[in-house]
Amino acid sequence: MTTPVWLPRKRRGAEFFLTVLAVFIGIAAYASVGLGVEGTIPADTYKLGGALIVVAVATHLVIRRVAPYADPVLLPLVIALNGLGLAMIYRLDLGRQQIDPERAAFANSQLVWTAVGIVAFAGILIAVRDHRRLQTLTYTFGAAAIGLLILPLLPGIGQTINGARIWVVVLGFSFQPGEAAKVCLAIFFAGYLVVKRDALALAGRRVIGIDLPRGRDLGPILACWLVSVGILVLQRDLGSSLLFFGLFVVMLYVATERPGWIVVGGLLFGAGAYFGYAAFGHVRVRFDAWLDPFADPDRNGQIINGLFGLAHGGILGQGLGQGSPQLTPYSFSDFIAASMGEELGLTGLMAIVLIYGLIVERGMRIALTCRDAFGKLLAAGLAFSFALQVFVVVGGVTRLIPLTGLTTPFMAQGGSSVVMNWAIIGLLLRISDQTRRPAPEISSFASDEETQVVKLS
Amino acid sequence: MSELTLTLIKLGFLAVLWLFVLSAVSVIRSDIFGTKAPSTPRPAKQGKAPAAKQKTKARKPARGVATRLQVVDGPNAGQSVPLSEGPILLGRGTDAAIRLDDDYVSTRHARFATNGEQWFVEDLGSTNGTYLGSQRITTPIPIGLGIQVRLGKTIVELQK
Repeated sequence: MTTPVWLPRKRRGAEFFLTVLAVFIGIAAYASVGLGVEGTIPADTYKLGGALIVVAVATHLVIRRVAPYADPVLLPLVIALNGLGLAMIYRLDLGRQQIDPERAAFANSQLVWTAVGIVAFAGILIAVRDHRRLQTLTYTFGAAAIGLLILPLLPGIGQTINGARIWVVVLGFSFQPGEAAKVCLAIFFAGYLVVKRDALALAGRRVIGIDLPRGRDLGPILACWLVSVGILVLQRDLGSSLLFFGLFVVMLYVATERPGWIVVGGLLFGAGAYFGYAAFGHVRVRFDAWLDPFADPDRNGQIINGLFGLAHGGILGQGLGQGSPQLTPYSFSDFIAASMGEELGLTGLMAIVLIYGLIVERGMRIALTCRDAFGKLLAAGLAFSFALQVFVVVGGVTRLIPLTGLTTPFMAQGGSSVVMNWAIIGLLLRISDQTRRPAPEISSFASDEETQVVKLS
Repeated sequence: MSELTLTLIKLGFLAVLWLFVLSAVSVIRSDIFGTKAPSTPRPAKQGKAPAAKQKTKARKPARGVATRLQVVDGPNAGQSVPLSEGPILLGRGTDAAIRLDDDYVSTRHARFATNGEQWFVEDLGSTNGTYLGSQRITTPIPIGLGIQVRLGKTIVELQK
């Protein structure tokens, strides 16, 4: 193996160029929505345009100041997605209000949540100067995650919306604690596995070329499985349940390098999925809608509409503002991928999926180059949770897998999701800055007498 | 707004979207297609590395390959362990390559490991820490020949 000479490069200029392009995409999408729907550029384009520019300049300056060696492409990719999402939500507001003027508009609140997300992003970069500090808070984050997961179940503040008990309403604000729990869990898993991985890597029996773990080491994975099944049973949230369990299994695999864990995780997942299918009506409905949506068009209207939308979009799409994605229920959140597919076509949807792919690739690259085990695991876990989430949502909408309720990161309407995803990007950039920064200068030991151990003799 | 203009806007927007994706890819192309390995990696590395950042290398231009890990100071001074492929554990424990008889050293104190080219020293969560000069190390740090690493009262270095 040859180690290439590592010259630390900041690449902030490249980041700036990409950010300009990303902001342009957001503004162009917004303007072309106006042109498509009403024939004029919307009068408040300056509002969204200005907001995007402020977002871009603010985040860029924060990074230049506190994380100068951070990865140069993550931020522009995220800004592009966020801008596209805002434009699409605005477009769906217009479309849905044409059907019924009483319907709520989400674009403005989404803009406010994006701003909150940026503040969280900057806050994390400024407050967490070294991601290894988080390792000392491993169990604090673990407890916080459990608390956040229990929160929606508490009477009074917990609320059931659309059959899933994943919402908390406090003082008129509603949010999903599960999104924050995801980040806390990733930190907890990373801190926990760094310490325990040697024990968990011990192999038991070898079956067809794969080392299966010892029976007595199955405790943590079973505990995590039980929590995931608990989410499925008590909160009726298929997506989060899958996300948390998948996150743990993959981080376990990354930490121990034993494919046996994937096998164990896969078996447990299969058992859980079968149990869910057998015991719960809502899981069975999702399965049936996936296998044959047209068997019951009334009940599966949403997924059928989404599929029609994608077909209507074709290769090049109908053009922003010229399709009819608003006909699909929850076209602005769960089905925003289908809305994008209808208006931007396969070409546009592929570009969006590629942008997600690049974000995940950057996350994995950060994990690869990171020098400490905790940062490695954390970056890999965050990147994987991102990948799994996009796969589950886009796969569900396109009927590759059964539909589950997860949010499309940065695009779907929903405050908690946007804020926590910005926080994830903040963490990734912090790890990346630590990783790419040149190593501190090593001075020879002989010269500094003052650090000698005191000799009593 | 005519049909044609809208179609042009649509196509233009898709083009910009892909332009963005491709420029992002071009910024990180070295990740995807790999860096071009220098044809003679060794001279290039030695020529550049001391000038770039490794001040100590410039001060002590030790050339060649390290063959042993030598204890130069402390209770076990004079002992050494030959270097091989595998990692070397230092500490007071029985599984250490050199059992250091030093009260300030932890049972499993530090580990020396190589990636085939470069040796690294890594602290294993010791009580009193592993130092390079005045710097307590928290991550694996590459070390060269003759750079002294301190564990408790013991000082070790790589030698030819």
